[in-house]
Amino acid sequence: MQKQQEYIVEMKECRKEFPGVVAVKDVSLSLKRGEVHALMGENGAGKSTIMKILAGILPLDGGEILLNGSVFHPKSPAQALARGISMIPQELDLVPQLTVTENIFSGQELTVKAGIIHKKAMIQRAGQLFQELGIDISPLEKVGKLSVAQMQMVAIVKAIAFNADVIIMDEPTSAITEREVEQLFQVVGELKKQQKAIVYISHKMDEIYKIADTLTIMRDGEHVVTKKVSEISEDEVIRLMVGRELSNMYTKSSAKLEEYDENEIMMEVSHLTKEGLFQDISFTLKRGEILGVSGLMGAGRTEVMETVFGLRKPDSGEIWIKGKKVSIKNPATAIRNELAFVSEDRKLYGLNLAGSIKKNVSLAYLRLILIARWFVDFGKERRIVDDLIAQLRIKTTSRDTIVNNLSGGNQQKVILAKWLMGDPDIFIMDEPTRGIDVGAKAEIYKIMDTLAKRGKSIIMISSEMPELLGMSDHIIVMHEGKITGSFSKEECNQEKLMICSMGGNANGN
Amino acid sequence: MGTKKMSVGGIISNYGMYIAFTILFVLLSIVSPAFLTSTNIINILRQISVIGTIAIGMTFVIATGGIDLSVGAIVGLSGVVSTSLVAGESGMPLILSIMAGLGVGIACGMFSGLFIAKLGVPEFIATLATMTIARGLCYVYTDGRPITGFRDDYKVIGKGSVGIIPIPVIIFLVIIAVGIVLLNLSKFGRHVLAVGGNEKAAIVSGIHVAGVKFSCYVLSGITSAIAGIILSSRIQTGQPVAGEGYELDAITAVVIGGASLSGGSGSIIGTVVGMLVIGVMTNGLDLLNVSSYYQEVIKGIIILIAVLSDRLKKR
Repeated sequence: MQKQQEYIVEMKECRKEFPGVVAVKDVSLSLKRGEVHALMGENGAGKSTIMKILAGILPLDGGEILLNGSVFHPKSPAQALARGISMIPQELDLVPQLTVTENIFSGQELTVKAGIIHKKAMIQRAGQLFQELGIDISPLEKVGKLSVAQMQMVAIVKAIAFNADVIIMDEPTSAITEREVEQLFQVVGELKKQQKAIVYISHKMDEIYKIADTLTIMRDGEHVVTKKVSEISEDEVIRLMVGRELSNMYTKSSAKLEEYDENEIMMEVSHLTKEGLFQDISFTLKRGEILGVSGLMGAGRTEVMETVFGLRKPDSGEIWIKGKKVSIKNPATAIRNELAFVSEDRKLYGLNLAGSIKKNVSLAYLRLILIARWFVDFGKERRIVDDLIAQLRIKTTSRDTIVNNLSGGNQQKVILAKWLMGDPDIFIMDEPTRGIDVGAKAEIYKIMDTLAKRGKSIIMISSEMPELLGMSDHIIVMHEGKITGSFSKEECNQEKLMICSMGGNANGN
Repeated sequence: MGTKKMSVGGIISNYGMYIAFTILFVLLSIVSPAFLTSTNIINILRQISVIGTIAIGMTFVIATGGIDLSVGAIVGLSGVVSTSLVAGESGMPLILSIMAGLGVGIACGMFSGLFIAKLGVPEFIATLATMTIARGLCYVYTDGRPITGFRDDYKVIGKGSVGIIPIPVIIFLVIIAVGIVLLNLSKFGRHVLAVGGNEKAAIVSGIHVAGVKFSCYVLSGITSAIAGIILSSRIQTGQPVAGEGYELDAITAVVIGGASLSGGSGSIIGTVVGMLVIGVMTNGLDLLNVSSYYQEVIKGIIILIAVLSDRLKKR
């Protein structure tokens, strides 16, 4: 009986319906031992949904799942876990106050007897697992003190601690730096050697080509193709994901849409310092320029820009906008000085998820639509919001749709709409395309390009090198709170960015 | 999931309290002939006007994600301060007494607001402290004895009426109107809901979050003081114990009205309906001779149903 099946998991014509929408339409998918199976598709394509079915988080509405050749329909994550299927969610569910070991064994503590916890055995086992995978984390460290990447490792160890055979990773690299990605890939390689079946959900093309063996593309809840990664080209993947050719994703042309002086200095930051976070940061931003800010996570990029926007107080340094020295005490004064801030974490800093599109969009520049300084002009608000929805092509049926019901890409457009409403001159965008699908990314790039061509200036913090190189006119690189490199578009390349972000010198001077 | 047509279930969960209120109203009209009379309806409105007034201010506080436990104590303190100024023969002008009462409310609101908005003390703790201090001051100020024997002009506030409509009801209606204008039509209302919906996003959008929160507690202090003045006038006594437990009744009305205690939602109309549900139910059960002991039990069940329907809506 215990003959090994070719496939450890076979999902046959699986179906999942939500009220009013079929999220997964009769999709079949098979997983092999010792193989990394990449699952790609735009946001809302159904990748996470189908994996949540396999992990017992969502119930199956139709079709069949075979585990080792016999029917298995998990009714809860615990049931799936007991049969060796473990999903590492995109947002990690670790408890920061507990130690690494306590997190790994939470809910499945090893016991001496009658519920007394066998602490020593757990610490030993955790240490052993870390060693097997070549991970350098102390089992006694508090999870709250770890980096995001390290937490990711802990989540993986938690998944395999109980002999999971099938490990599902949902965009594991969306919040970690390139160097940490390498570590993660080594761990994935180890898991492969241990004959685990791994499902790897990701948006990032280069990662897929590095670690995946097989690739399945989904679109609008349907299965599009399953192929060996070696047999499919990058362009074809993108084409199949979006269902259309995506030529020139990074459109950055030089034709101006409005007349302006491209040598005019819009903003100058000089010697900005905040002890412990960043030192002596100086840069200039010209009119119509996109300034890329590169660096590893924790280099202080976000902190610098938050300080420029008045979310933090600098210890020293000056900020000049359009030739005038300004004192930015809080976001309100930043906004008055023509600054806009599209933040890194949409859910945390960007949006009131329970609010409507309309109320989110009009929030920052409510003063533009007031009657008698106090009362909202609803007619004007509707016109402006509808106009922005059309202009940015936000996919929605109504301006009153609750933002939480939109896809990541459309949520990001709502934030952009919020700032566009006030027509500011300087946009700070922190990871503007993180976690959104290829199609929406291309649209965001187009919006950025249009803004630049209208004489707006953009500071773009990004961890994606192709994006930085494709979109920026000028790139500065940060490392441990200092600027370690500054390049024009022409003289820059991936190697230089990487060297500077690791703290090296690539300027050649 | 972009297309969201209103299903029957959706309508019920969105307007559940309104439907429940209508059914309750119609049902009581049928079973009790005394219910649907103008005297009785006015009676209900007068009964809910005191806590209803507090609940309007509370709606703003809860919409920011906060809570104000001090409202009942402010009712007591503003009542004793106002009445003390018109008691005896050398009473102050009516307007000064009212101003003093309102001043007490504003001061208490500022006190809570200062600790919450500027110093980051949790809402529950800060207003619990204000509640305890204000209630203590009630006893200190009156020496624990009720203030009686004050002038007739003060009594008009709670006992007078214009035509058949009692003045407390008129005040309540005015407060409702101001509340609607502030929360639904004004910049301030947008800011209140934005702060409650996502405080960090509100900060990034340039909203002065501390100022918004501070204002909401001052607002709640004012409505509580108004309620305190009305109550002391109606019972013709400045009672140091007046308003005890009102904080929970006001919170109940706001929650039944559909506001989430985590902030970002809440409407004045909802709160008024919540207040009406409580008022009509209490009145109806009185008319039907149901003991007040059972009324408490039923009120608890209504709170559960209201919150449950809200939970189901979010599924």
